[in-house]
Amino acid sequence: MKRRDFMKKTIVVIAGASVPLSALDLIDPKEVLAANPEIHWAFLIDTYKCVGCGFCVKACKTENDIPFEANVSRTWVERYVYTKDDRRYVDSPQAAQYGFTEAKIDLGEHFGFQEIDPDNVGKAFFVPKLCNHCETPPCTQVCPVGATYKTDDGVVLVDRSWCIGCGYCIMACPFGARFFHPTEHVADKCTFCYHRITKGLETACVNACPFSARKMCNIRDINDPVTKIILNERVGVLKDEFGTRPQAFYIGLASEVR
Amino acid sequence: MVEHAMAVHGELWTVKELFVLPNEYIYWSIQIVMYPFMTGLVAGAFVLSSLYHVFGVKQLKEIARFSLVFSFALLPVAMMPLLLHLQQPFRGINVMMTPHFTSAISAFGIVFMTYSFIVASEIWFEYRKHFVLTTQTLAAQTDRSGFDNLRMYFFKVLTLGAMDISNEAIQKDHNAVKKLATLGIPVACFLHGYAGFIFGSVKANALWMTPLMPVIFICSAVVSGIALCILCYVVTMEIRKFMAKRKMSRWAKDTSAPTVEQLQSAETQEIAIASNYLLYFMIAALTLEILDMIFRGYTQVKSWDILREVILERDFNKIFIMQYAIGNVLPFLLMVLPGRTVRRTTIATVLVIFGVFMMRWNVVIGGQAFSLSFSGFMHYHMPFLPTNWETFREGFFGAVTVMATPFVIFWFLNKIVPAFLKEDEAH
Ligand code: SF4
Ligand code: SF4
Repeated sequence: MKRRDFMKKTIVVIAGASVPLSALDLIDPKEVLAANPEIHWAFLIDTYKCVGCGFCVKACKTENDIPFEANVSRTWVERYVYTKDDRRYVDSPQAAQYGFTEAKIDLGEHFGFQEIDPDNVGKAFFVPKLCNHCETPPCTQVCPVGATYKTDDGVVLVDRSWCIGCGYCIMACPFGARFFHPTEHVADKCTFCYHRITKGLETACVNACPFSARKMCNIRDINDPVTKIILNERVGVLKDEFGTRPQAFYIGLASEVR
Repeated sequence: MVEHAMAVHGELWTVKELFVLPNEYIYWSIQIVMYPFMTGLVAGAFVLSSLYHVFGVKQLKEIARFSLVFSFALLPVAMMPLLLHLQQPFRGINVMMTPHFTSAISAFGIVFMTYSFIVASEIWFEYRKHFVLTTQTLAAQTDRSGFDNLRMYFFKVLTLGAMDISNEAIQKDHNAVKKLATLGIPVACFLHGYAGFIFGSVKANALWMTPLMPVIFICSAVVSGIALCILCYVVTMEIRKFMAKRKMSRWAKDTSAPTVEQLQSAETQEIAIASNYLLYFMIAALTLEILDMIFRGYTQVKSWDILREVILERDFNKIFIMQYAIGNVLPFLLMVLPGRTVRRTTIATVLVIFGVFMMRWNVVIGGQAFSLSFSGFMHYHMPFLPTNWETFREGFFGAVTVMATPFVIFWFLNKIVPAFLKEDEAH
C-alpha cells in the first residue's frame, strides 16, 4: 500500500468512526424541531416605560373574550409605591383594566383605600405581568389529564375541550397566572395570543401598548432586535427560585417584585 | 365576597386583604378539605382491621371486621369530594382515558381501583361462609316469600358458586384474607400518602411544600380512621346492648344471642386495645407535625415572614386551640390519665376526629390564606345556605352530604355483610 493510500484510508476510518451512532437512527422531524426549533417565543417587558395606563389589559380582555365584569385577567399591571419612611404598598385594582386613575392604594375590597402623601413617596413604578410560558412549567406537569401542555415553539396552552377543571394547575403556578374562565369553567391563562402570533401578528397587548413597554420576539432569531436586548442587556425574570425558567424577561426588575 | 354580575369561581367565598394577585382566590375549598379527610378515614379504618388479620391482635377481632365493612362503606365517598369539586364533573372520566403520569392526581383512579379491589375481595373471603349459610338457610325454608326468594338468589350470586364450606375451604379463605390484608396495608398507605404528595409537591405553595407531608398525612389518617371506628363501634354496641336489654329483634327469638354482660365485656376489651393503637399513632402524627413547624421556624426561609403571621397570628386559634389543644392534647389526656373508661375514650375519639378535620382544614385552607405575592391575605367564608348548585357543592351542605353518605352506605351494606356476625359464622 502506498503511503498516500494509507493516509487516505485512515482518514476515512477516523471520519467514519466519528459519526455519532445517533446519526444512524431514523430522524424524527418533531424531535429535531423540539431540540432545535427555529421558533421559540419570548416576551420582553421594560418596566421603565410602563405608565400604568392599562391599555394592554383592556386589549387582552377584548381580544380573548375575558369579560370585563369578571375579576380575573390573563395579564395585569401592578403598582409599587415605596415611601421614604420605608413602607411598601402594592396594588392592581381590577387587574388595572381601566388603568391607575386613583392616587390612593387599593387595600382590598373590604379594607378601603390608603392615601399616600406625595412628598413621602420614595420610588414608585409599574410592573406588567402575564404568564411566563416557563421552560419547565409546573402547571403542565401537574395536569392529571394532560389538558394543558407546552407547544414546540414554547407556548403553554390549555385544551378547553379536555380540561376537567380540577384547578391543580392554578395551584401549581407560582405566578398566579391562571384562573377559571368565568363562562367556560375551565382553566384559562395567557396564550401569547397564539392565534395571532402564528399568523405573523403581534399579541393584542404588545399591539395596544402606546409606550412599547411590551415586546415579543423569537428568541432563536439572533438578529431580532428584541432578542438582542434579551441576550445582550441586563434582564431579569420573576421568581427565579422556583426553577421554572420563565420566558418573559424584564428590564428594570426590582428585587421586591414577586 | 362581592356578588358580581359575573362571579369568578372562588370569588364568592374569598375576601382579599392588602395585595393579592388579581387571579388568586381560594380555589380549593371545603371539598378539598373533605377529600384527604375522607380518604384518611378509609385508609385508617383499613389499617385497624389489618391489625387483627395480619398481626394477629386477637383482642381486636370484632372491631376488625367492623372496620373492614366500614372502610368499604367509606370507599365510594373518597371519590365524591373530588367529583363535587371539579368544574367539569362529567369529564372526570378523562383521568382514566388520558392519565398524565407526571401529575400526582392522575394515578388516583388506578390506586383507588386497586385498593377497592383488595377491600372487596377481602370482604368476599371474610363473608363467603356467611353468604353460603344464608343461601342454605333460605333454601331450606319451605314457605319462602317472594322477597326471601330474591334474597336467596342474591346471596347465591354473591357466593360466586363457591359453596364449599368444609374446614379446609374455610382455612383457605382465612389465608386469603390474611394475604389481602397484608397487601392492603401498603396500598392503603399509598392511597393516602399520595394524597399528601398532591399537596406536598406543590412548590408554588410555601406552606404545603415539604417532603414530610405524605408521612404526616398517613399518620393522621390512621389516627382518624381508628378514632372513627372506635366511635362507631361504641355506638353500635350501645344500640345492641339497648336491644339486648329489651329483648328486641334477634334477642327475642335467638337464645344464643350475646347477653348484655357479654357485650359489655367484649366492648371494654376491644376499646382498650384499639385506643392504645390510637395513642401510638397520635404521638407519631403530632411529632411529625411539630417537627415540620419547628423546622420552618428555625430555617426561616423567605416565606417564613408570611407563614409566621398566618400560623402564629391569623390562624392561631384554628391551629393551636382547635387542632392541637382540643384535637390532640385534650383527648390524649383523656386516654392516658388513670381510670380510663369507655365513655371517656369515646369522648376522646370525637375530639380526635375533630382535630384531624381541623388539621386538613388548616393545611388546605391555611395554605391559601396568603398571597403568592407574600404581601396579602385571603380569608375563606364557607357558603352556608345553598342558594344554587355552586354554593351547595362547595358549601356546608355539600360537606355534610359527603360526611353522611358513608353511614347510609354502611346501613345498607350491613344487611348484606353484617359487621357483627354470630360466632359460628365468623372466622
Ligand atoms: S407562568 Fe404559571 S401558568 Fe405560565 S407557564 Fe409558568 S407556571 Fe405555567
Ligand atoms: S384545571 Fe384543567 S388544565 Fe388545569 S390541571 Fe386541572 S384538568 Fe389540567
